[in-house]
Amino acid sequence: MTRRARLTLLWIGLAGFGLAMATAFTGLPGFGSTFHPYRDLAVVATFAHATANSVSSINFDQRGFDTFGEETILFCAVVGVATLLRPVHRERRRQVSSGGRVMESTSLIVYVLFPLTLVLAADVVAHGAITPGGGFQGGVVLSTGIHLLYVGGRYTLLSRLRPLEWFEQGEALGVVLFGALGLAGGALGAALFANFVPQGQLSDFLSAGTVPLFNIAVGMTVCSSVVILLAGFLDQALAIRSDPGTKGDPPGADQKEEAAA
Amino acid sequence: MSYYAYVVAAAVMALGLIGMATSRNLVHTVVCLSVAQSSTYILLIAIGFQYGGVAPIFGNQVGQQTPVVDPVVQALTLTDVVVSAAVTSMLLALAIQMAKRRKAVDPDALGRLEG
Amino acid sequence: MNSDFLTNALIAVSLTIVLIGAAVVVFTRAPSKQAVVLSVYGILLSIFFVTLQAPDVALSQVAIGTAVVPLIVVLSIRKIASIRSEAESELEGSAQGDAGQGSEAGQP
Repeated sequence: MTRRARLTLLWIGLAGFGLAMATAFTGLPGFGSTFHPYRDLAVVATFAHATANSVSSINFDQRGFDTFGEETILFCAVVGVATLLRPVHRERRRQVSSGGRVMESTSLIVYVLFPLTLVLAADVVAHGAITPGGGFQGGVVLSTGIHLLYVGGRYTLLSRLRPLEWFEQGEALGVVLFGALGLAGGALGAALFANFVPQGQLSDFLSAGTVPLFNIAVGMTVCSSVVILLAGFLDQALAIRSDPGTKGDPPGADQKEEAAA
Repeated sequence: MSYYAYVVAAAVMALGLIGMATSRNLVHTVVCLSVAQSSTYILLIAIGFQYGGVAPIFGNQVGQQTPVVDPVVQALTLTDVVVSAAVTSMLLALAIQMAKRRKAVDPDALGRLEG
Repeated sequence: MNSDFLTNALIAVSLTIVLIGAAVVVFTRAPSKQAVVLSVYGILLSIFFVTLQAPDVALSQVAIGTAVVPLIVVLSIRKIASIRSEAESELEGSAQGDAGQGSEAGQP
């Protein structure tokens, strides 16, 4: 398709999109109105299960099956990225030098921030049911904290501190744990992903029944997923180069290989 | 004001689409897609807002009768953010693969090679 | 009503900044600069979420939209740049090789 045809198509599409949105927005309840029927139902359910953080309650208690689907999306995306970015033949892994000079102030900030981030992540996951936060946020914060070492110019330290097999196991374990908790809800409670643990008192550390357990499972999955994702990209960007020994491939070698496969 | 938030969401979506259609680099295309996806966060959060509502975290200060903003759309947005990261990383991995195979990341140049 | 007016003003400003941020991200054509702008856009979005009383979403947006996704974008750009420079040096190398063979063939 030529550039011109594509732009024409874009403007036609945008006009249609604008029209549809204008029609839809006039039918919506006005911004900031008090009409929120789902909110009313969700708040009642949240209080029934003594969960302080309503968003966590919805994600892990009221619509746990959806979140399981989302976990699976993340899991599949990570598998896809790992497959696409694996080193293939005609590529070699080069030694990554410990990098150029890193400013000492940067190193210092990294050393101070690294343990702080780990503690913060643990706190965000553990209190996910009573304060803002939860498995998703905590998991990402944890993996970001681990990658602070890369900012500090310590790629070799990062690869030593990050045994990838553990994270691969951790990701799978997190997904399995999530599914097992859901099945346990089906076996011990009323339905799949039901909240079958006594829920305790609102705002207590041990409240909300299964929600903190789900938070831990999700935290494991998300942290491991992000670590594996970043490991794939870091490897490609720093360590993997095409092999100079096979650069003289005849043109069309790719197609032949593909046809053979 | 009452439609401004919705209009901004639609405009961000349109910006993302324009960026994708006019992009000359696959990485730029993927980033524009993530901008387009961010419009859904704006729309969802705007729909759940209520004047005078507080964040849906209950406790001593916030009881069952206190008006809170809609937690359902916030949960949806949370899911959306995580899925967006998964999609972006997947597409960037594909872009890298494309660069390896074709030594080019301009969609137009790729089209010519294909034809 | 006064507090409503203030809330409105705050939300309107925040929304406008988000809109401008999105435009800047889209129209920054150089991907390496775009990664930085995308990170700033992530912060703007999370400020917007805080104004609209969504701290959970703001937290995950800060972690994902400001840190993880721009980092992945930067790494992809770096990888693609290295692929390109390799391809260019390979092209130059083969062109020189051809020229050398040609001149040798022309000598006798």
